[in-house]
Amino acid sequence: MALIKATNITKNYRMGDEDVPALRGISFEIGEGAFAAFVGPSGSGKSTLLNLIGCLDHPSGGTLFVHGTDISTLSRSAAATFRGQHLGFVFQDFNLVPVLSAYENIEYPLLMVRGWSPQKRRERVLKMIEAVDMTEHAHKRPDQLSGGQKQRVAVARALVGEPRLVLADEPTANLDHDTAYRILNLMKTMRDDFGTSFIFSTHDPKIMNEAEQTFTLEDGRLSHEGVAA
Amino acid sequence: MMSTLKLATRNLLRYRRRTLLTALLITLGVTALLLFVAAAGSFKQTMVGSITDSMLGHLQIHRKGYTASIDNLPLNMSLQPNAVSKIEDALKADPDVAAYSLRVKLGAMFSNFTENTSIRLNGIDPVAEDAALPGLRQRINEGNKNGALVEPGKVLIPTLLARGMKVKVGDSVVLVVTNASGSVNGKTFTVGGVLDAVTGPGGRDGYIHINDARELLRMDKPEVMEIAVRLKSIGKLAAVQQRLTSKLEEIRNKEDKPAAELHTWADLSPFANIVRMIDLMTMFIRVMLIAIVLVSVMNVMLMAVYERIREIGTLAAIGTQPGKLMAIFLSEGLLLGLIGAAVGIVISYALVAFLNVSPIVFNFGREQITLYPHLELIEVLGVLGLAVLVSALASLQPAWRAARMDPIQALRHV
Repeated sequence: MALIKATNITKNYRMGDEDVPALRGISFEIGEGAFAAFVGPSGSGKSTLLNLIGCLDHPSGGTLFVHGTDISTLSRSAAATFRGQHLGFVFQDFNLVPVLSAYENIEYPLLMVRGWSPQKRRERVLKMIEAVDMTEHAHKRPDQLSGGQKQRVAVARALVGEPRLVLADEPTANLDHDTAYRILNLMKTMRDDFGTSFIFSTHDPKIMNEAEQTFTLEDGRLSHEGVAA
Repeated sequence: MMSTLKLATRNLLRYRRRTLLTALLITLGVTALLLFVAAAGSFKQTMVGSITDSMLGHLQIHRKGYTASIDNLPLNMSLQPNAVSKIEDALKADPDVAAYSLRVKLGAMFSNFTENTSIRLNGIDPVAEDAALPGLRQRINEGNKNGALVEPGKVLIPTLLARGMKVKVGDSVVLVVTNASGSVNGKTFTVGGVLDAVTGPGGRDGYIHINDARELLRMDKPEVMEIAVRLKSIGKLAAVQQRLTSKLEEIRNKEDKPAAELHTWADLSPFANIVRMIDLMTMFIRVMLIAIVLVSVMNVMLMAVYERIREIGTLAAIGTQPGKLMAIFLSEGLLLGLIGAAVGIVISYALVAFLNVSPIVFNFGREQITLYPHLELIEVLGVLGLAVLVSALASLQPAWRAARMDPIQALRHV
């Protein structure tokens, strides 16, 4: 069974009296353990598509199954539950909670979303901190971390709840070249170690080449689907 | 819950200056309210204590209609012995009545042999009066404070009269009265003591023995004009009033109408209006506190939500339920109110302790009042509860806004 199955997905935004199409009938499938990228220029619909897969928005038309669930029909609360149970997010601006340390940021989904026991939580957080090589910075707050370190924490936070899928919207856009590659390699390692699928968006061709599967979007349409050799 | 509170605390500390200023505002409001309540409570207690312990008692019983003409001290509106006996039975049977005193009230001409003036007198049984009005003895500023309150043949007179008529303890004076049938009678008395004047009805009355009063009025029956009643606790006033009123209803005169009527000290003293005014002012200050907490907490929480829109979007995106998001912001408002109120309470207790060491002294009418403010735990808990409740209410709208925020819009917010 495909992890994601999208059939003729459309998304329109209301701008004044007009409906502006952001996605114009997109269909694709992504399997388990994928390391895929949505690529395309700004305004092509990458972020919109990631938002739909991430249950942050509803499609205007078509069907979208993620992990066997038709997410286009989920209520606000059910969507939050689905995100908390099955999805992880990595953001372009890292979006760490500034009042929490690196450790606490990673712990947050287990504490506030999953409600894990303290012992189980501690074991899992320590494992993830070690996996992203942030052990020595665990008690630092986000403002004491570099961009790359922040994104490592964000990756660990996305993976800590053992989701099936992590969605990353332009995860390397605010990082320098070397750091960007290190983050992508980290994500790939995490995929290999934990079996979690990663889908990220980018408009950077070099970053795009790191993906094993690419979906090129142009003006809300899927113009090309490729698999790395 | 702990994690929500921890997060709320960290967020409050994130904007230290703003949190400090808002908490300080709440602290000031709470301190102002508690200090006013403590000082006003002490003033009320002192004044009510003075009125009930040395003049009126907690309750008074008169013949029906007597109080309407009480300024004239009518002699033909006395309670007859039969009615008095029944009233005494009712008072003795009531478990909350501590003591009562029968009084004969009369107006007299007071003469020092060179000049005359008028005086309002209470004929009392010194033992019963002492039990029902223990504060009366404290008002004796000249004369024997430790013996019988008033002996037969002696008169206690108010300070102003003693000063005006230039009489002192041990001097002879003459009291002349006109009785109910119109005949005039006079008797020589010795000044047994001089009383401090107190504010309120009866605060400048004189006292003689009840037998002297009856002799002066040539009463052939032991009639009574007033019965002053002391309760074991003033807190039971309403309950006793209700009980006694229904019992007095059963005591009927010849026309089969109620023979007596019952009044509380508040019905008889104008100070009750001042008490009501103080209560009204307390309510206004309470409303001001509510306004301060409401506006300041709501302002801070609205700012907090506005400044953390992206953070709210992130938390929502990673699966935080709307209810939990709401709880985070509600906790912040609650904590703010709780901290501000708690500090205000601590400061209030410290100031009240200081005011008990260096009390406020001022003149009220002819009385010198010393305030020893104290805070009732129930009042303190009430103010704390009010501050926390209003803080929660003030945070409700911003918290609701945060919980209902569209994650995508929130994440896009710059």
